[in-house]
Amino acid sequence: MASQPDNASRRAFLRNSFMMIPAVSLTGGVSLTASADEPAPNLGDYQPAFFSDDEWSFLLAACDRLIPGESAGKGPGALDTNVPIFIDGQMDSPYGHAERWYMEGPYVLDGSPDLGFQYPYTPREVYQKGIAMTQAYCQQQHGKRFEQLDGDAQDRVLQALEANDVDFASLGETQKLEASEFFASLLSNTKEGYLADPIHGGNKHMASWKMVGFPGARASFRDWVDQHNVEYPLGPVSLTGERG
Amino acid sequence: MAKQQPRVDAVIVGLGWTGSIMGMELTDAGLNVLALERGEDRTNEDFAYPKPADELQYGIRHTMMQKPKQSAVTIRRNLDERALPQRKLGAFLPGDGVGGAGAHWTGVLIRPTPTDLQLKTFADQAFGKGVLQDDMQIQDFGVSWDELEPHFSFFEKVCGQSGTTGNLNGQIQAGGDPFEGPRSEPYPLPALQDTQNTQMFEKAAKQLGYHPFPNPSANVSRAWTNPYGMQLGPCNYCGFCSRYGCLNYSKASPQTCILNALKQRSNFDYRTNANVTRVELAADGKTATGVTYVDGNGEEVFQPADMVILASYALNNVRLMLNSGIGQPYDPVARTGTVGRNYSYQIGGGINCYFDDIEFNPFATAGATGKMFNDFSPGNFDSAAHGFIGGAKMHSSQASGTPIKTPLPKDAPSWGQGYKDALQKYYGHHMKLSMTGSVMSYRSNMLDLDPTWKDPYGMPLLRMTFDWKQNEHRLSAFMRDRLREIADVLKPDYRDESFNLEGSHFKVTSYVSTHNVGGAVMGTDPSTSAVNRYLQSWDVHNVFVPGGNAFPQNFQANPTDLIAALTYWSAKKIREDYLKNPGPLMSRS
Repeated sequence: MASQPDNASRRAFLRNSFMMIPAVSLTGGVSLTASADEPAPNLGDYQPAFFSDDEWSFLLAACDRLIPGESAGKGPGALDTNVPIFIDGQMDSPYGHAERWYMEGPYVLDGSPDLGFQYPYTPREVYQKGIAMTQAYCQQQHGKRFEQLDGDAQDRVLQALEANDVDFASLGETQKLEASEFFASLLSNTKEGYLADPIHGGNKHMASWKMVGFPGARASFRDWVDQHNVEYPLGPVSLTGERG
Repeated sequence: MAKQQPRVDAVIVGLGWTGSIMGMELTDAGLNVLALERGEDRTNEDFAYPKPADELQYGIRHTMMQKPKQSAVTIRRNLDERALPQRKLGAFLPGDGVGGAGAHWTGVLIRPTPTDLQLKTFADQAFGKGVLQDDMQIQDFGVSWDELEPHFSFFEKVCGQSGTTGNLNGQIQAGGDPFEGPRSEPYPLPALQDTQNTQMFEKAAKQLGYHPFPNPSANVSRAWTNPYGMQLGPCNYCGFCSRYGCLNYSKASPQTCILNALKQRSNFDYRTNANVTRVELAADGKTATGVTYVDGNGEEVFQPADMVILASYALNNVRLMLNSGIGQPYDPVARTGTVGRNYSYQIGGGINCYFDDIEFNPFATAGATGKMFNDFSPGNFDSAAHGFIGGAKMHSSQASGTPIKTPLPKDAPSWGQGYKDALQKYYGHHMKLSMTGSVMSYRSNMLDLDPTWKDPYGMPLLRMTFDWKQNEHRLSAFMRDRLREIADVLKPDYRDESFNLEGSHFKVTSYVSTHNVGGAVMGTDPSTSAVNRYLQSWDVHNVFVPGGNAFPQNFQANPTDLIAALTYWSAKKIREDYLKNPGPLMSRS
């Protein structure tokens, strides 16, 4: 077992660490979506900026299966931590618009997957098409929308997407977007929202960081680096100065 | 008709490490120097706490990296495959903006060995006929250890290199790398602090008879004032280093080590958002007259200059040469031409080790934190018996502990409750055993211009043809077996591994390394090198091309120390000889 620091050194460390946390004000670069004394929004009150109501229902249900909440075991889930709000925000970021990517034709769709993605879609379009085709698949298979299925059936749909067993081409896809690609985007964005700094809209109150023991944006461990195999005693701080 | 700017003595394309070094050296020589950088300006203020401590922004969305929109590379694995554009970054992450990759690198600052610089000579002595692949095109660098040693020493002082000396003027020193080439001076600063994983790795490596030493680091262990008067503060192990700008003035970068000194010089100027599209040549094609760039308003500008330094990323240096008609493009069938020849890379692999009851605190780390051993670099072991040439540095490094990148066992669920359970169980309970391996050069690993896709300025994209070869597959298998022996000593509760073995091909979709080298290699024979041993174009004498592009093949260590040393070596020759008598510094015959 990892040993604990003795109480005196722990107290001294805590005191010094708190004194070293600056009152943060950010200018430029990162835009603030929340400050430390402004609570993160409730997911239920949130109006999505990008997703339609139908898409939003899918996203909430899917995120809840990808990282389930406390009812399924220890630790917060994607909905507890506002992951769908994060994804909605990302859709209007440079990432959502593929602003940095090379999006010039011709698009060659029959190359090796090892040469990377080649379809002509931004992440916004991947979500819109992927959700629509997944819903069409659910109607075909179950006569219901994804969010109307029970949890086990939802998991089977997600497993089929992941394994590329849902044939998007037969559901109208013409540019070779594959189910597994849509699933990979959804899953990686869900994990990003769960584990990124709350400034980006997810990881509400740094709940995932507290769960794993990541101290966030403290970014100063000169007094800690040589304390080997000792559990770090302090909770996380965020870019806006929120403390957990 | 392009707008024209007033003439300068020297124009530098790209303001990363090599551009900054050339800027210092050429302004020292009294030249009026202008640097053109295609990205944004970046100063230390951009890295003020807490801005860099944002994994999504920098670690995942690549905010400091080149935008494929501006300069994608097309990639194929062999001459018969159709190359496709790398539409978003994956296998490699070149830098963008002032500072280039030097602003976001990890900071491992290590020299090659004397053997690495003369690998062809070594191969001819140590390998019988038929041992090595016949399409291998390895060469000597054309410059010796003794010639480069003063430049390594100087650049290491510029960076405040931190580590443990292994060979001081031929005397082996305890705790350092006994296989390193003789250093004329010890490391400027002592090594970084050990972490839990480095101590475990060191102990196991010693038990197996190896010679571990601290990763040579450009994250400084103590306060340091460098020869330019620039000051670095001791690293605070913030955990946001590789892919991030330094929030503590502790990582050597053009910003922390050179630029504020350079910017004070009245004979230096730089422009950002200035994307050089080609070097312009005189009518006889033997000299450059300057460069053409597109400015931030989309306007084309001609910048006349007496000398052109191509100091952008290795891949872009080659592309600029090809797009400007400097030298003869390489033809892999006829085996003629040199520009684009001998593109090379780095191969990686490793074993993830998970320990239920050990706290690694991976967030408390410097980028270069780790220990390595060099027992498996060329000349230190009998690789001929295993049918390959080259080597690997074997290490356990801990560049970061940011949570989105948390490694989880391969058999852990990737979503659902099982994923959440695995995240809780394994975050902070992982260390990695790694090999970073050399990659040789081959007839068909090369660079040329893509016939189909173009950049926003209408210039052809660079096309990369690259795959892993049998030699590197064999090297990986050998190193895997050695790392497995270390893992056997450590006895993790769970382990999995990933290596590029026989039958595996290069994939662009996941990160491999940003050690893209070669393509405009240096040498003493104009039929097999694009630049001479002073990094001067054989064909256009007032064009110099410092960068990783000069490596005839890659070695097992990180490239920055050698890139910088070669740049100082080239600058010395320019200052001592070329400026007095501009012309070819070596004769073609």
